[in-house]
Amino acid sequence: MSVELDVFVGNTTIMDKEVYQLWLNGYTVNDAVKVRIEGGVMEECEASAEVLLSDTMDQYRTFQMCERLLHHPAKLANQLLFQIPPDRQAMLIERYYAFDDSFVREVLGKKLSKGTKKDLDDVSTKTGITLKSCRRQFDNFKRVFKVVEELKGPLVENIRQHFLLPDQLARDYAAIVFFANNRFETGKKKLHYLTFQDFAFCAGQLINNWTLGAVDNIMEDMDVDLDKEFLQELKDLKILITDKDLLDQHKSLVCTALRGKTNVFNEMEANFKNLSRGLVNIAAKLINAKDVRDFFIDLVEKFIEPCRSDKWTSIDVNLYLTHYTNSVHILDTFKHHAVWTRYMGVIKSCILRMYHD
Amino acid sequence: MPGKLKAKIVAGRHLPVMDRASDLTDAFVEVKFGNTTFKTDVYPKSLNPQWNSEWFKFEVDDEDLQDEPLQITVLDHDTYSANDAIGKVYIDIDPLLCSEAATVISGWLPIYDTIHGIRGEINVLVKVDLFNDLNRFRQSSCGVKFFCTTSIPRCYRAIMVHGFVEELVVNEDPEYQWIDRIRTPRASNEARQRLIFLMSGELQRKIGLKVLEMGGNAVVGYLQCFDLEGESGLVVRAIGTACTLEKISSTLPATATHPSNSSPSKDMKDSPQAAPSTLGCRSTHSSPVHSASSRLSQGFSVSVPTLLFAGMGSGGSAGKEGGPLKALLRQQTQSALEQREYPFFTLAAFPPGFLLHVGGVVSARSVKLLDRIHNPALGNTRSYKLLDWNSFTADEPETRDAWWEEIRQEIKSHAKALGCHAVVGYSESTSICEEVCILSASGTAAILSSRFMQDGPLDTEHRFEEVVSPGCGFCHIPYDELNIPFPAQLTYCYCCRRYKVPDVLFTTIDLPTEANVTGKGCLIQARLCRTKKKAQGEGNATVISNLLPFLEYELHTQLMNKLKLRGMNALFGLRIQISVGETMLLGLASATGVYLTALPSPGGIQIAGKTPSDITYEQHISNMQKKINDTIAKNKELYEINPPEVVEEIIGSPIPEPRQRSRLFRSQSESSDEVSELDLSHGKKDAFVLEIDDTDAVEDIHALLTDSPTPAGFYSCNTEIMPGIQNWTSAIQMFTSVRVFRLNANLTNQGLNKIFSDLCENLLKSLYFKLRSMVPCCLCHLNFTVAIPEDELIQVAVTAVAMSFDKEQLLENGKQSGEKTLIKAITENDEQLQFNLELNAETSAPNPLSSPKGLSEVGSHLSARASSVDYSSFADRCSSWIEQLKLKAHTIRRGSVKTTSSMEKASPLPEGRSRSLRSNRSYSGSSVAVVKMTPLSFIPGAKIIKYLGIINMFFIRETTSLREEGGVSGFLHTFIAEVFAMVRAHVAALGGNAVVSYSMKECVFMENPNKNQAQCLINVSGDAVMFVRESELESTSVQTQSATTHTSNGAEGT
Repeated sequence: MSVELDVFVGNTTIMDKEVYQLWLNGYTVNDAVKVRIEGGVMEECEASAEVLLSDTMDQYRTFQMCERLLHHPAKLANQLLFQIPPDRQAMLIERYYAFDDSFVREVLGKKLSKGTKKDLDDVSTKTGITLKSCRRQFDNFKRVFKVVEELKGPLVENIRQHFLLPDQLARDYAAIVFFANNRFETGKKKLHYLTFQDFAFCAGQLINNWTLGAVDNIMEDMDVDLDKEFLQELKDLKILITDKDLLDQHKSLVCTALRGKTNVFNEMEANFKNLSRGLVNIAAKLINAKDVRDFFIDLVEKFIEPCRSDKWTSIDVNLYLTHYTNSVHILDTFKHHAVWTRYMGVIKSCILRMYHD
Repeated sequence: MPGKLKAKIVAGRHLPVMDRASDLTDAFVEVKFGNTTFKTDVYPKSLNPQWNSEWFKFEVDDEDLQDEPLQITVLDHDTYSANDAIGKVYIDIDPLLCSEAATVISGWLPIYDTIHGIRGEINVLVKVDLFNDLNRFRQSSCGVKFFCTTSIPRCYRAIMVHGFVEELVVNEDPEYQWIDRIRTPRASNEARQRLIFLMSGELQRKIGLKVLEMGGNAVVGYLQCFDLEGESGLVVRAIGTACTLEKISSTLPATATHPSNSSPSKDMKDSPQAAPSTLGCRSTHSSPVHSASSRLSQGFSVSVPTLLFAGMGSGGSAGKEGGPLKALLRQQTQSALEQREYPFFTLAAFPPGFLLHVGGVVSARSVKLLDRIHNPALGNTRSYKLLDWNSFTADEPETRDAWWEEIRQEIKSHAKALGCHAVVGYSESTSICEEVCILSASGTAAILSSRFMQDGPLDTEHRFEEVVSPGCGFCHIPYDELNIPFPAQLTYCYCCRRYKVPDVLFTTIDLPTEANVTGKGCLIQARLCRTKKKAQGEGNATVISNLLPFLEYELHTQLMNKLKLRGMNALFGLRIQISVGETMLLGLASATGVYLTALPSPGGIQIAGKTPSDITYEQHISNMQKKINDTIAKNKELYEINPPEVVEEIIGSPIPEPRQRSRLFRSQSESSDEVSELDLSHGKKDAFVLEIDDTDAVEDIHALLTDSPTPAGFYSCNTEIMPGIQNWTSAIQMFTSVRVFRLNANLTNQGLNKIFSDLCENLLKSLYFKLRSMVPCCLCHLNFTVAIPEDELIQVAVTAVAMSFDKEQLLENGKQSGEKTLIKAITENDEQLQFNLELNAETSAPNPLSSPKGLSEVGSHLSARASSVDYSSFADRCSSWIEQLKLKAHTIRRGSVKTTSSMEKASPLPEGRSRSLRSNRSYSGSSVAVVKMTPLSFIPGAKIIKYLGIINMFFIRETTSLREEGGVSGFLHTFIAEVFAMVRAHVAALGGNAVVSYSMKECVFMENPNKNQAQCLINVSGDAVMFVRESELESTSVQTQSATTHTSNGAEGT
């Protein structure tokens, strides 16, 4: 004796948020039922385990049927099969495209290829996120990447329009796409302390300031790639470390400004040339794609680590970077003010964001 | 040549990829009507083609317009091989043929394929130009309106109710034709879909002709069914009630129309006294098993306390005791009705004052053996032919018509025996297994007022002269109490104390809105499963006919017991379904139990043992008794059944003894400790005494007690409205749920019963759980359908609507029962509101005959205090309501004026309409218009402003990759969702935003998991309507007007 067939179809599609989350999290029907029983929904509604199982299966089926629509969220709004109120649609999409920070940290900056997908079971065991959920998240990244890659105009806006995501989520996806496209290295041990939100912040900075779309507001430009011309110009900044006079002048200006204002003045004075060389070298190398990938590791190695070992506070870092940036404009032989500002603006905010334990 | 059909193909979207190489599709469209086909250009390499075609024009007879659907086929062009079909859309033209319905069909319709399901959507525009046809002998019936709704539709008034119309059409089932062996499943399914479309079109046309003949202009309560008889053919049959309807002009002052209504006391005074009436059910089974060679006829009748069957002869006694006027009226009405072949009405709710008395349920069943339908027209171009009554000659074999005729005659004579001249809430159904077919018909015997009757003696001016005793009149027995043909217990009506009422009342109709009800109602189901031996042909039919009466008897006993267990005394909306399989019979009776204030309080249920000497046995019995008493007490509390205490008088009841007992019991049930002291068994076997020593009784008691109560916050009923709940919110959720259960072989009757009962119970529990977010809510119109698709399978399908209501007001209502009726009145439709004074009288004096002199007289249990307060508030609401009506009248008129001028602009932009429709709704921002669906005839909190036509759709879905589509559940889930989607899309295309009186009449599911195959047929119907939220009506007039204008713009554009 068994229930052979069991369906429930509402004119307005009924979707339980809790079950949806369980489904998204990759739980099997039986596991989901267990979780629900533990959640106490049974006592609340005078239901039996049987009822719960039937309901869960039904909901899972509904979600599976909806899934192909969720791959193209715009379709969800004008499909006829499911009558879903708009607020529900928004919820479905938002949650479907939501991801785990711990998962995204694992694949951030990696090529969104089949090879990476094959390694997802390792990611799954490492993060404790079910393989099913990992796959969904990975496929989401890939899907967004593929759609946005070829599109012109502002990245975040494109994502928001094509996937009907809320602003914050669209920004996060922009970061993921940007990282995947430029293949920034984020997996090195030294970078482990950084959260996804740190990277997302930096990505936002880079997108807003270093891409082609950032300078001229022409819609035809793409946000995914860094502005090649700018990267080329960055080489000109080398003068700051190759010209001995400039370097000394720069150092004295910064030191004068900071004297007495910080507890780590001595360390700063001793390290100035090293730090400056580090930052300018990063700038000069960015024209090579390979060095772009190491951008974050370079920032950590060349600047953040030395500062940290000298026990700078983030206030110290902020102070230093502000004066370091501004003093350059006083140097009379230095010509590349615009490039310097564009470069240092991003570097400063990235470093400040990344400067934590 | 009276019609020109025009169609334009605008665009497609979400088309499937048909060319793997390019991942695109080269789509074009064929538009076919009758034998004419047009094609659009190929729109190359796109999944969202923009054809923007010219207007394709078909010049056709209106007969064809009624019969044929417009068939739109979307194909993928292929240069080298045959073009691949993507899918089809069938469009029913009928709504466009009626001036009051839709004028254009425009919108995105799903492209449907029987193998792949929905494959994208197509945007079309369809219009019809009709020319007047003055030919008297025409075969078309354009303009006759069809409604599935089983009451007078909300924005119409009944001028005349003409009566029963029926028709059936037969044909060979394409699935069983020889050609089916060589064609693809797709071709076969499409042939079937198309045939059924044609047949239902023809059926509707023929019924329309009959209506015109009778002088009517509409069919209400239209019920169309398919009998898939397999080898022997396909029958499409329909019944309905012909009416003359008039659109209510909303500016009309509501009260002016019915002046006689204003004095309730006048109505009362010439009410003579009880005329006829009875309780219970009558039922017969006849099984003239028919086969080619021999004819074996079996007729039998059952007579049991619950299943009231009487000897004949009480029919004439009806009007005997009535006052002279009444008697005259009755005679006239009766003669008017008797002239009719069948005084049947498929209506389940009536205009106030139409239904006078209710007798009881009448039903008839007959077991038939199917053989090939004699069909002389086979081979004709149209390969199907109506088997008409008149063309029926003696040497032709018995046809389906004759079968139904037989059953209807049976029903008619049952009604007569109950002293009634009419049958209301009438319906017919079949159950087929192999070559055996059970035909069933049931209804409620009743006496109707002569007003609304075509040949009634009174014209409309005087139609309110007929007696109306609103709250209790319909309960009064319609037959002569001295001639009671069965041992019924009569008492004087607990409302008016003047007429006799039965102790229990079973009906198939909805609860009359004016009925006085105590507490709330609830769904009551009797479920039964009986094994039967496998047999063939005649033998099988005989076995089934022998089992039927027992099945029916037990169902009634169960119903009666469950009713008592809930402390209620009447059943409404009773529907008994008997389903036949190879090795078993299933019986499912569903009804809504209520406590009618007019009827006596039900007695309890007594358990009696036959071996009183055994002490442990006694103990066991008294334990069980206690359990039952506790349940009754609990239920009374749950359903708020606390009838006003009435001083009981001794009444000349034929059987005084049980009456006393029931009274005694009632007082006892509150202190249930002492129940065991009551020795009530008397050795008399009636419905209230269960003798425990046969196993059946144990089983019955078990069944009684296993019904779990509905969870807190839920109510359920299978009728239109739930007594005791009126303040619905606008949140509604229609749903369909289907379960198939596989049984083990070799089960006993008891085991089967338990499984079947559990299946239904669990299904209900699942529904409650699913809909928990809507609490407090009521599942209304719970419609269960059972089937035995295969030997060891039981299929249960439920369609219902969950409606939320406002809890706080509910509590208030509970305390002040006087206000209930008021709120009810407010929520009623316009028609009923026209009777506001009548309703008002009822409110203030629910017991009108005990206080005949006026509203202020104290004496009824519902205090006069309440009535005086309510009076003014009612008047207020009423006047504000009239304001709304006026307002609406303006807006509508304005809308239609604008329409004519703005249409040209609107037509090339079909989205424009849906956008403006959208602005009407709470959900903005979505590009798909929200379409509500409900099995009820109304939408809470909204006014239906227009009926756009009937929706009657038939779909077949088949798969050969069952596993890949998620197994049987995945397959059916998708299919049902697709059916909903197609219904919604067609309603939206007609310019509507809701379907009312929706029902899924057929859901035939077949699977073959070994072959990875499944097939399903679904037939749905309903009325497409346009509604406006009452809150919108109330909001600032400017906004409302513009919104409504938009809506009607799109819908009425020509």
